[in-house]
Amino acid sequence: MALSKVWVHAEVTPDGTVAPISLEILAKAREIADVVEVFTGGDGAAVAETVGAHGATKVLATGDLTGKLQGVHVAAALAAAIEAQGAPDAILAGTTYDGRDIAARLSVKLDKPVLTNNTDIEVGDGIVVSTQIFGGTQIVKTKFAAGGPAIALFRPKSFAAEESGGGAAEVVAIDVPDTGAAGAAKLLNRHVEETTGPKLDEAAIVVSGGRGLGEADKYSMIEELAKLVKGAPGASRAIVDAGWVPYSYQIGQTGKVVKPTVYIAAGISGATQHMVGMKGSKNIIAINKDPEAPIFGIADLGIVGDVHKVLPKLIEALQAR
Amino acid sequence: MNVVVCVKQIPDPADPGALNPDHTLKRDGKLILDESDSYGVEMALQLVDKAGGGEVTLVSMAPNGEVSGLRTALAMGAAKAILVSDDALAGAGALDTAKVLAAAIGRAEGTDLVLAATESSDGYTGTVPEQIAAVLDLPSITFAKSVEIADGTVKVQRQTEAGYDECESPLPAVVSVTAGVVEPRYPSFKGIMAAKSKPVDTVTVADLGIDAAIVGWAGAGQEIVDVSAAPEREAGEVIEDDGESHLKIVEFLDGLKVL
Repeated sequence: MALSKVWVHAEVTPDGTVAPISLEILAKAREIADVVEVFTGGDGAAVAETVGAHGATKVLATGDLTGKLQGVHVAAALAAAIEAQGAPDAILAGTTYDGRDIAARLSVKLDKPVLTNNTDIEVGDGIVVSTQIFGGTQIVKTKFAAGGPAIALFRPKSFAAEESGGGAAEVVAIDVPDTGAAGAAKLLNRHVEETTGPKLDEAAIVVSGGRGLGEADKYSMIEELAKLVKGAPGASRAIVDAGWVPYSYQIGQTGKVVKPTVYIAAGISGATQHMVGMKGSKNIIAINKDPEAPIFGIADLGIVGDVHKVLPKLIEALQAR
Repeated sequence: MNVVVCVKQIPDPADPGALNPDHTLKRDGKLILDESDSYGVEMALQLVDKAGGGEVTLVSMAPNGEVSGLRTALAMGAAKAILVSDDALAGAGALDTAKVLAAAIGRAEGTDLVLAATESSDGYTGTVPEQIAAVLDLPSITFAKSVEIADGTVKVQRQTEAGYDECESPLPAVVSVTAGVVEPRYPSFKGIMAAKSKPVDTVTVADLGIDAAIVGWAGAGQEIVDVSAAPEREAGEVIEDDGESHLKIVEFLDGLKVL
């Protein structure tokens, strides 16, 4: 059984392209619904071609939201559009910063639950989403029981993006009603952190460091190794909380989800919070001095040893090639 | 400057989690203050301190009148707490939780700012602070990595995928803070002693004027249909470092042709 219509959030990155997570969700949306449309908090024409090529037939666009926060304004526009033209069966977005804000505001406006952090969605006897709990060791399936629309957010990389061969989607303007006091927050400036090398969630190799590195200075070994293998450096929550590296490096439940060809975990014990973000990696190499560290339970190659001894030798061996 | 901080009391994340037969998380052991929330409490204490007056009020929802996590936050320096404890809340989702917390926040008077962690460590939906703002019809800035107050305005650096956004909002407002935004203090002995006598206003859903039919299993609008073990990832080879194990790694990478 398929749904008649779903809406998918077309999230736009600072460089103006449609975020990979939106394209991933579009691929799944085509599988479960007859009609797939997207909504975006900004210029519809800028995304129409990309989302059309991924199966969307319409772009519901708020128009320019410069200086405004997405959550409250996009949600207000969607609620008004639903009031005017009826609701889709489901509204899908990524578990991203803006995705969560939009879904949260919308859930209150429509008085419908929002289910977050899903990794799959099935349509049969109702709409059922899957979520991983306890560090990904168990999967919970939850059915929407409050009537439509079902609001669901998905973890990055839950689905594979795939082009449909469709032409540009039709742009339809949706009005943003006055949001009153709730809409009073302003966005003044955007700062994009400069990064070199591949992006963490796109790199074929990710080299991650954790508390086992001992001190902030030692993180340079992670960066050096990442550079040598043309990978991206990542981190566990412990060292992000400790202020060694920025939050954008964090891999795990609270951070990014990565599924590289090779994941190298150095000095990371494997807290469930971390494992959720990397256990989908094709190959995992772990270096940790504690033989009991949970990370060894999922590693393809585990080295019980001191990262301060193993990493310098590994870096030297790779430099010599 | 009066700040309300939403805090969650959760089972110790160091212990293996377990579910009750009704699929709710087992919370019958001792609950602790979610570490994610200690940042909001610290931030609130610093903001009140800087403003030169006002107080920090905690708001929490937990079964069995649980206060042990609240006592930790009170020991850090919060003045008082409002605890919503009601059997009707078992099975609550993010939306009904937000409705309950919003109503509880309404019991604290003269609130300038509501702080919360971006997400709890056990449920981690990451939507509740924004939902609270929506229920209260307040402006909100989520995922804050720095928070400052000046002239009735809260200035926030909001985390984004690519960096951060500089945002500001008039007060009152709701702000959710990421871990690491400030360094949470350890409660002092004096703080721990003082916390024992700080007021905790324990209320039910009915006390908040909320119909029990719209919360918990009855009102969450969701139904858990299955819980199953995820496919396990098999452990591979584990070797002891003999001084040459780095070569093993190189060989492994070579085998994958990724170098």
